[in-house]
Amino acid sequence: MQNALFHWSFAIPEIWVLAMACVVLLVDVFVGERQRDVAYVLSIFSLLAAMALTCSQMGQTGFAFFGQFHLDPFTSIASFLVELLSLLVLLYSRKYLLRRALYRGEVFVLLLFALLGALILISGSNLLVLYLGLELLALSQYALVAFQRGNLRATEAGLKYFILGALASALLLYGMSLLYGLTGTLDLHQIAIGLVNVGGANYLLMLAVIFLVAGIAFKFGAAPFHMWLPDAYQGAPTPVTLFMSSVPKIAIFALFLRILVDGGYGSIEIWQQLFVALVVVSLLIGNVVAIAQTNLKRMLAYSTVGNMGFLALGIVAGTQNGLASAFFYAVVYAFMATAAFGLIVYLSREGFEAEEISDLRGLVRTRPWAAFLLLIIMFSLAGVPPTIGFYAKLAVFQALIEAHFVWLAVFGVLMAVVGAFYYLRVLKVALFDPPAEDLAYGADDPLAASVLTVNSLALLILGIVPGALVAFCYHALQGVL
Amino acid sequence: MHSFGLLSAAIWAPIIGGFLVLAVGDRAGGNPARWLALLVSLLTFAITLPLFTGFDTHTAAMQFVERVPWIPVFHITYFLGIDGISLWFILLTSFLTVLVVIASWRNVPMRIAQYLAAFLIMDGLMIGVFCALDAILFYVFWEAMLIPMFLIIGVWGGPRRVYATIKFFLYTFLGSVLMLVAFLYLYFHSGDSFSLLAFQKTPLGANAQIWIFLAFLIAFAVKIPMWPVHTWLPDAHVEAPTGGSVILAAIMLKMGAYGFLRLSLPITPDASHQLAWLMIVLSLIAIVYIALIAIVQQDMKKLIAYSSIAHMGFVTLGLFVFTQTAIEGAIIQMLSHGFVSAAMFLCVGVLYDRMHTRDIQAYGGVANVMPIFASLMMLFAMANVGLPGTSGFVGEFMVVLGTYQVHPWPAIIAATGLITGAGYTLWLFKRVIFGGIIHAEVAALNDLNGREILVLGSLAVFVLLQGVWPAPFLDIVHQSVAHLLQQVATSKVPG
Repeated sequence: MQNALFHWSFAIPEIWVLAMACVVLLVDVFVGERQRDVAYVLSIFSLLAAMALTCSQMGQTGFAFFGQFHLDPFTSIASFLVELLSLLVLLYSRKYLLRRALYRGEVFVLLLFALLGALILISGSNLLVLYLGLELLALSQYALVAFQRGNLRATEAGLKYFILGALASALLLYGMSLLYGLTGTLDLHQIAIGLVNVGGANYLLMLAVIFLVAGIAFKFGAAPFHMWLPDAYQGAPTPVTLFMSSVPKIAIFALFLRILVDGGYGSIEIWQQLFVALVVVSLLIGNVVAIAQTNLKRMLAYSTVGNMGFLALGIVAGTQNGLASAFFYAVVYAFMATAAFGLIVYLSREGFEAEEISDLRGLVRTRPWAAFLLLIIMFSLAGVPPTIGFYAKLAVFQALIEAHFVWLAVFGVLMAVVGAFYYLRVLKVALFDPPAEDLAYGADDPLAASVLTVNSLALLILGIVPGALVAFCYHALQGVL
Repeated sequence: MHSFGLLSAAIWAPIIGGFLVLAVGDRAGGNPARWLALLVSLLTFAITLPLFTGFDTHTAAMQFVERVPWIPVFHITYFLGIDGISLWFILLTSFLTVLVVIASWRNVPMRIAQYLAAFLIMDGLMIGVFCALDAILFYVFWEAMLIPMFLIIGVWGGPRRVYATIKFFLYTFLGSVLMLVAFLYLYFHSGDSFSLLAFQKTPLGANAQIWIFLAFLIAFAVKIPMWPVHTWLPDAHVEAPTGGSVILAAIMLKMGAYGFLRLSLPITPDASHQLAWLMIVLSLIAIVYIALIAIVQQDMKKLIAYSSIAHMGFVTLGLFVFTQTAIEGAIIQMLSHGFVSAAMFLCVGVLYDRMHTRDIQAYGGVANVMPIFASLMMLFAMANVGLPGTSGFVGEFMVVLGTYQVHPWPAIIAATGLITGAGYTLWLFKRVIFGGIIHAEVAALNDLNGREILVLGSLAVFVLLQGVWPAPFLDIVHQSVAHLLQQVATSKVPG
């Protein structure tokens, strides 16, 4: 193979993130308690530099490390986006972490390692490499969720997340081993060739795909594999929830794309049907159960389940356009989720998490600008134009109808209406109810406020001129089939 | 056609103006915001006037066309244009927004800047609906409009505003999402284009047409609203502030009927013929049954809301008998109802501002203390009844006449609606305006001030003008309606 050489330069962003994670860890040990900002600024710098490095690779394609590592437009674009999202997480959470004595070097290091895991997931082209990336991402997240050691709910969430996450990894690994047994190779492109000989009606292949899909659905948080998600989202410190709801969504989409499209596209008939079931259950559970929630973080967790259902609609379509729309959905969802959780981070203060829906009562009187941004975020999540959330839904429905799944599309839009109800309820509390006297939001935090403003206004402005973002995301998936 | 970007200016000027008003905020007691809002609404109205003066009445083709790629990956274009059917609604929208800004000058208790900004933004979005020629652009405007209305009812509404506004939003949202599915389906059958003009030329099988027609029907029937999906309207009207009711009744309800004209009839002509009986039956139920409901209402706003549904019944009846007279009558009726319902809600607003109740029982003998108001309201009541010489007559008469040419019995049943209409309107008028003064509060009422006279007076001019000289209104729509009828008469079923 001509391109299976040791092109280590393709992996420069990953190597950079790894190196900087170690540097931040060491520096933090030496500068000590007083100068935590050094580690913080250094982390931000490493993310900015990583984004620049990724940008410089845009347009290159090829394999590195003897075919185990893949560089194509999707890799560059997805890597850039997860780096950007990690940067947002850091920018949002400085005050939050400071106020809760969580402003520690370990948090930044774990975040960088999680990002590294996501980057490896995006670029891996070999089952073992992908598994390595997945575990790196997952282990860093388990630690981040339980980082507040004294907090009972956080540790409980961390433990639940760890046990169920480990189960999901096991499922995935078992699926991978079956795939390896069938084709005799770990390389995804060899697997794709090998599957041609196996044929679609093979029971072992079916079993392998079922395990792989279950593992991926677990990691996505698609129902009925969503049980860990509400607890983990609610229990984790909000900046960690912010991270969990954004970066892994794009990374797990990449995992899906690598295993089931690059490797297992031959088994599309099997996974397509499985995803139909996942879609129906996720849309139902996500949208209906969210209505019953009183905790905003928990409600947004169920909203994630519902949104993963919408995302999977694009996967069900299974066409070039369908996969591109699913990726577009993942990207849009990630930015909507950062804005939504970012708002909670912004409003919270020590001893007050601003995580109950009723905590937002009369927000329009006390924080009119935040209320305006909340309006944009909620309508975007509900998929009402002219916000970017609408175009994400439009894209998946368009792909779905192109693939002749008209009834599934009708079911999807009806579930979008059900979903609109609980987003409206949040707005009702924030905009129509009188303010609560006993509430005092966190002191003004200019950094988080400005990031939140840019993030939320982007949802609106990209909704008015969505052309470029759509083209960017669709370009990433060009020639994937 | 020459493109001067007039339509874009008419859409974006009020939206940008609305954000400016938001930025100005409530400083100095809200006066800067008020004057800025008035300026923006007047400017918008001024921008829409050249559409009228520059309009070519000899063609049914789209005019003032603007077309640029918007989302190239999805083949969605920013495609605007108007014909005779849309022109009047654009003018009506920009004109009524000016009136709403003036009418809300003093009677909004809080956050006046946000209130006016919501109306200005909605102004732009509604104009957008009437000139969008790309299905997705149309949908974006159609849905985006819900957001300001949701806020207007929810923030400035009456005691049950939260229930009313969420019901309003979910009802209309549910109606429109199926339309989106229909658009996407049409997209793949029209050669990858979202252009409404391309949709109109797309051949479609009989079954597909029925499904698409039904999807459109749900969207538009909710908006109009037609029986039996009308239940959100009385709630929304009762709880909405006066300005909200005016825009809701005068313009938003017209969008459903406009949707039938622009989408259902030309895109699914065979299904329209096949299901015309259903539409006629639903229209007659609205005309007869809803009018009976209106008679027993105790709340003035609720009564006018039900009367709106009944009047919109004439519109849908006129659309689905497929004669030139009836369709033109329906359009005239839509315009007339735009003026009359706006005026009626403003009249109720005038009383409500003074008495803080809409209960008919609380009034009586208002004519004794408010003679100017009583005479203006009488004119609007007569127009609501459909008295010859007012705008209400022309539309309803043309619809009944046009219907009689093809379906005599429905026409006769519809004509009874004129009688029940007279019943509830005149009885309302009698109980509120005439009789002796029973309540002490009524005796203390002040007559209209200059601002109110300006608002109601200008509406009165249009009601009379359209009533005695409807020709200019008809000239504009004539070619477009003739073209539409041609499209409806041509079967699109392939083979």
